[in-house]
Amino acid sequence: MVQPLNRLKESASQTAGPYVHIGLTPNFCGIEGVYADDLGAAMVNDKTRGERITVRARVIDGTGTPLKDALIEIWQADAAGLYNSPSELRGAADPNFAGWGRLASDMETGLFEFSTIKPGRVPFKDGRLMAPHITFWIVARGINLGLHTRMYFSDEQDANAEDPLLQRVEHKNRVPTLIAPRDGDVYTFDIHLQGEKETIFLDI
Amino acid sequence: MSNERPETGAFFQRDRQWQPPAYTPGYKTSVVRSPQKALISLDNTLSEITGPVFGHSMLGALDADLIHNFAKAGESAIGPRIIVHGRVLDERGKGVAGALVEVWQANAGGRYRHKKESYLAPLDPNFGGCGRVITDADGSYCFRTIQPGPYPWPNGVNDWRPAHIHFSVFGHGFAQRLITQMYFEGDPLIWRCPIVATIPDRAAVEGLVAALDMQATIPMDARAYKFDIVLRGRRSTLFENRLEGN
Repeated sequence: MVQPLNRLKESASQTAGPYVHIGLTPNFCGIEGVYADDLGAAMVNDKTRGERITVRARVIDGTGTPLKDALIEIWQADAAGLYNSPSELRGAADPNFAGWGRLASDMETGLFEFSTIKPGRVPFKDGRLMAPHITFWIVARGINLGLHTRMYFSDEQDANAEDPLLQRVEHKNRVPTLIAPRDGDVYTFDIHLQGEKETIFLDI
Repeated sequence: MSNERPETGAFFQRDRQWQPPAYTPGYKTSVVRSPQKALISLDNTLSEITGPVFGHSMLGALDADLIHNFAKAGESAIGPRIIVHGRVLDERGKGVAGALVEVWQANAGGRYRHKKESYLAPLDPNFGGCGRVITDADGSYCFRTIQPGPYPWPNGVNDWRPAHIHFSVFGHGFAQRLITQMYFEGDPLIWRCPIVATIPDRAAVEGLVAALDMQATIPMDARAYKFDIVLRGRRSTLFENRLEGN
């Protein structure tokens, strides 16, 4: 016999359900007066460094219908490529940018609009630079375990071409599912849960 | 929070035989909301290892008291008064300090305070249904609420959710992000529920069932349930082939 490893098992995930707003964006769904603000609703202030952008996202199901009850959290580096996290040991991130945002979709249109900044580049494990990207985490009714993906930027073609994750994708025709087209200062990121245009999701 | 050097290791791989798969047709909504292609595996980079950490200063005095945080002055929510407490641990058994735990639930009659909700059970004017807490140095947390009621939902013709409290947990890295549901010991609806049944392993389900905790129960006031939550653990960074400053 060998010694048992005795590790605990991660708690099993369950769907966030249709009423996720009650807990995570209560002001948005009309429960006011409990928390002053919904956490993660505002990502930038006047002092935040970097290029202001809007990320306009939708989550679309296998029939082509946008989800109207999804919730997205995003996590990104600041304009210099530093994360505002205790686990970031390379330097101090912009104190006016937490790097984290949380929004519920519009209940009629399914749209999310994050007002944020364009992130700088962050090194991969081997030191190569990754292309600028925003990490997405998506939960909703019908999603049993939160889905992770990344949004890359259409106007970063050179960086995208050398990105270690994008390079690894075997089916190159799927890479565009992670690249958001730019129009003015708006990037549009349609996340397809299923079907021909299915977005690449990550096991991280 | 401790003043130890922050951990920067990658997280243990998620056990996807233990976690519910995406496609679980008994839970009908999952059918068109489940990816059909394989996930692309990515050993954690800085983007997954890091994550925001929330300070105790953001909490209001009643954030962890759902009996009172939406109630009119001098009033309180109706229903069985309970305390829910436990620890947030990682897979190595270490307490996760400073974890943000957010909860939401229906009232004692199974009615959620939400505009898209139309169940005929009435709202409680003194119950909102949201609360939050940040774990202490040893990973422990505690909040006070009323026990939620079971709730019918249009999945099968006669499906009822067991009494449950939704939990959202934020550890130290974005890869640890987890949403789950807590159930109550002895509820016969647990083993009939299609959402519970998305979890393939019975032991994994049992890990979501909180035990009645008479030791923490306050006589003549509130019963207690104990619910521990386990987040992904981190690999040691001691011998990892890491670049300086990474």
